[in-house]
Amino acid sequence: MIAANFTGTLTFASVSADAGLERALQKSRPDLIADVSASGLKGRGGAGFPTGVKWNLAAAARSDVKYVICNADEGEPGTFKDRVILSDHADLVFAGMTIAGYAIGATKGILYLRGEYAYLRAHLERVLATRRERHLLGEVIHGKAGLRFDIQIRLGSGAYVCGEETALIESLEGHRGEPRNRPPFPVDTGLERRPSVVNNVETFAWVTSIFDRGVDWFKAIGTGRSVGPKILSVSGDCARPGVYEVPFGTTLAALLEEVGGQDARAVQVGGASGICVPAGEFHRAIAFEDVATGGSIIVFGEHRDLLHVARNFLEFFVEESCGQCTPCREGTAQLLEGVELLERGACSTAHLAQLTSLCQTMRLASKCGLGQSAPNAFLSIMQHFHDELMGRRPEGTLPPAASVGR
Amino acid sequence: MTDTTDRSRAPVSQQGSPMRPETDLGLIGATISVTIDGHQVRVPMGTTILEAARKVGVRIPTLCAHPDLDMAGLCRVCVVEVEGQRTLQASCAYPIHQPLVIHTHTAQVRQARRQIIELILARHHGDCYTCVRSGNCELQALAREFGITSSPFGRPAAPEYPVDRSSYSVIRDMSKCVLCRRCVRTCIDLQGVGCLEAIGRGHETKIATFLDKPLAHVVCINCGQCINRCPVGALHANDPTEEVWAAIDDPTKHVVIQTAPAPRSAIGECFGLEPGQPLTFEMNSAIRAIGFDRVFDTNFTADLTIIEEGTELILRLYKALVQKDASVALPQFTSCSPGWVKFLEHFYPEFIPHLSTAKSPQQMFGAVIKTFYAQQQGIDPQDIVAVALMPCSAKKFECNRPEMVDSGYKDVDYGLTARELAKMCLQAGIDLPRMPKSDFDQPFGTATGSGVIFGATGGVMEAALRTVLELVTGEKVEQYFSHADILPVRGMEGVRKAEVTVPKTGPVPDLLKALVPSWDWLLGATLKVAVAHGTANAHKVLENIQAGGELASFHFIEFMACPGGCLGGGGQPIPTSAEIRAARARAIYAEDCAYEVRKSHENPAVAMLYEQFLTDGPCGHKSHELLHTHYTPRGKFIG
Repeated sequence: MIAANFTGTLTFASVSADAGLERALQKSRPDLIADVSASGLKGRGGAGFPTGVKWNLAAAARSDVKYVICNADEGEPGTFKDRVILSDHADLVFAGMTIAGYAIGATKGILYLRGEYAYLRAHLERVLATRRERHLLGEVIHGKAGLRFDIQIRLGSGAYVCGEETALIESLEGHRGEPRNRPPFPVDTGLERRPSVVNNVETFAWVTSIFDRGVDWFKAIGTGRSVGPKILSVSGDCARPGVYEVPFGTTLAALLEEVGGQDARAVQVGGASGICVPAGEFHRAIAFEDVATGGSIIVFGEHRDLLHVARNFLEFFVEESCGQCTPCREGTAQLLEGVELLERGACSTAHLAQLTSLCQTMRLASKCGLGQSAPNAFLSIMQHFHDELMGRRPEGTLPPAASVGR
Repeated sequence: MTDTTDRSRAPVSQQGSPMRPETDLGLIGATISVTIDGHQVRVPMGTTILEAARKVGVRIPTLCAHPDLDMAGLCRVCVVEVEGQRTLQASCAYPIHQPLVIHTHTAQVRQARRQIIELILARHHGDCYTCVRSGNCELQALAREFGITSSPFGRPAAPEYPVDRSSYSVIRDMSKCVLCRRCVRTCIDLQGVGCLEAIGRGHETKIATFLDKPLAHVVCINCGQCINRCPVGALHANDPTEEVWAAIDDPTKHVVIQTAPAPRSAIGECFGLEPGQPLTFEMNSAIRAIGFDRVFDTNFTADLTIIEEGTELILRLYKALVQKDASVALPQFTSCSPGWVKFLEHFYPEFIPHLSTAKSPQQMFGAVIKTFYAQQQGIDPQDIVAVALMPCSAKKFECNRPEMVDSGYKDVDYGLTARELAKMCLQAGIDLPRMPKSDFDQPFGTATGSGVIFGATGGVMEAALRTVLELVTGEKVEQYFSHADILPVRGMEGVRKAEVTVPKTGPVPDLLKALVPSWDWLLGATLKVAVAHGTANAHKVLENIQAGGELASFHFIEFMACPGGCLGGGGQPIPTSAEIRAARARAIYAEDCAYEVRKSHENPAVAMLYEQFLTDGPCGHKSHELLHTHYTPRGKFIG
């Protein structure tokens, strides 16, 4: 069931970046994009937008300058798979970006590297330098005249929201990292108002793999709507945390068995913006149509206090909200306050209902995906562990019943 | 160069989404059918849902949207349901590019809007009844519309931030701020100043100055455009009405007020009138009823400004063209807008020699009142309190500039905004629009149409051209421009240019004989003039001059800090919009038409002043002492 883990070998280890790139460049642009579409590849950052559709839109956009941007701002709590891919398989990522550049007619690529990954920069620059020496980047790629593409690395400054593609672009332009209004989308109006494709590190690596191994190989893996393998970062209360490669459709139960987390009471799938799945639902599958994830899997063991988990995630969002739109900026703080009330046993049922409805407003009315997903963890914990959260009392005080008659 | 400013400085996250012409060439001009609450309407490609809804009479509530500013999509009050979309969309920031079916008041839309307003209220400190914007507050209106009667998310018990009272002009009470960033967009996009920006993240986000310094210690130009666009009471003008009342109540004080042309075209709005209804003479009666001892017309010193500034221009041209003095700074810039002057001092101090040394009409009036008027009336200038009714917040700063004491006293004691005078009327129980009409007091009551149009962008230039043309040609300006309406300098385009060739020359008038021997040197010369309003447009003009562009060869340029000129000033009634400003402009030009005397040099009071007081003439010794000033290079980095 489990394809590999990072102590074993990921598929990426046996993919040839050179062959993938060469085969892709042999194709016409429309054929190339048609292949990406046919593969069923969806964005690995979490949102799952079909990569072929994205590239097609960017290719159709008329502009003398276009950009290919690799989102390496891996900031979702509990994910570290992009770090491993960049450390061990950077060539696949850069080859994938080059393929995208050829496909949409871009000559410039940018790797937006998470500030905390600055230590990777020297390594990545060396990989880029080697690729330039080997004419895999630069003026004439693979002897293909007229094909120009190069990649530069830009460092983020540690804001979670800059993983949102339009905030990432704002950051690249030197502004506060704040999401833009959509539409227009980056494929039409992206960096410097030019058409830009923004894809996750893993997505680019799979693109190269698809052209090396073939569309059919890729399509044979996964479910109907979630095609291919997925790289996961597994952490928390399990015996073997690490980076795992699984086919889409793998159940949480199977994954937990592999990582030694069978005793888990809940699993947070998708990081802080994901949902908390209770043990009773471990039959659910990791897939866009069931439990979606950009790669973060956090296992909660028997002793974990899920109210504390909710608090932890909300503190994260209060800190990381860009502060631009009302529902997210104020809503996250209200939810955190609600958790504090629950901890003291001071949250009335009416107020809890109010907060639940506030979660709905945040999901519907926030400007970007961060705000829309910020209440997910709180909501799912509320839903599945309601009884456990209600009726708490401050430490050292007696339960209400004991105080009767005193 | 148009009224729409260059948006390149603002992040795209704070902008709307114009079509990229490269991709949408074929679609420009195309129309799309949308259905809003069952009404079908065809709108041009790129129209926002909010605009489309207005077309079919569907009202969507907004907070961060403002007609003068780029859309931001921040507050989310205007969210609507778009069929086929998972989430609600901000109608102010959603451009229509394909047929849509939109619902503006479904249960989830109403619930979301209501909660968003409640969330804003949970951070908004202060009681409505102690707020300067009570009754004219967009948040208050939203809370009323949504029937909000409780605070499910709490209310702040104490202010979050201290009030910044450092500025003479603008007071910032950030505990009331709703983070709509209209002030930020105004300051960056509309004015090109950028002294306000959001800092901090998430719940810590706040609007701040550079390094969170007091407003008086940053590059704020005091234009007050942020006040006019603040939806709540977080930004308001530094209000001296209590001091003015105290002076009025003090029997030993002789309290005079000069009133600028722009407030009278707008103050009716504070009393519920439609924009564009001038109340000049009703306002005079109201001012007397309040208890001011004299009410004068700032237009008198506007005319005086034209004579002084026009003479200065002629002298500069004479030195440059005849005496071949290369050190003369041309084009000459007008100096009557104190926001513009401070803008130049901060951002282009190297251009200070271009600024006319003539004081603004407000400051000229103050200097004349505490000297000539005091002598004439036999009043000790120490007992005179000079108040100025202005459309402006920067005038409050200007009258406090340390150099503005040429009379030996503070030339102007207090600057009042139109809003503050309206408040004084209400405090005194005066229904201004229903007051009987009465005229200004003498000896400065006579004014001309040229003085009135100072209130609109292009007005100073038009007044100057009327006078200069007549003085130089010896003929009526009507010979060249019908009804003396110099239309090329009027309008609302951001930068306007005009050229006037001197067709003939007449004798030099007596007033100027000491300065130039003849006009021969001007015969056939083409006078190139330009007009800019809104300091973002001033940036464009100055950059053009700096780069040696076409405007470098110009002779005279009028700058006004505020969009629309004084009629759009930071002390004018709130709200403001292009339509409101256009209505005020119509009122001003109508008043100009109604004047018998429409040229500054024909103002008998001005002639009287030169005969009796400024006896060495325009730009003479006495006038230099009282009516001219100097400027301070401030730079962008201040302590």
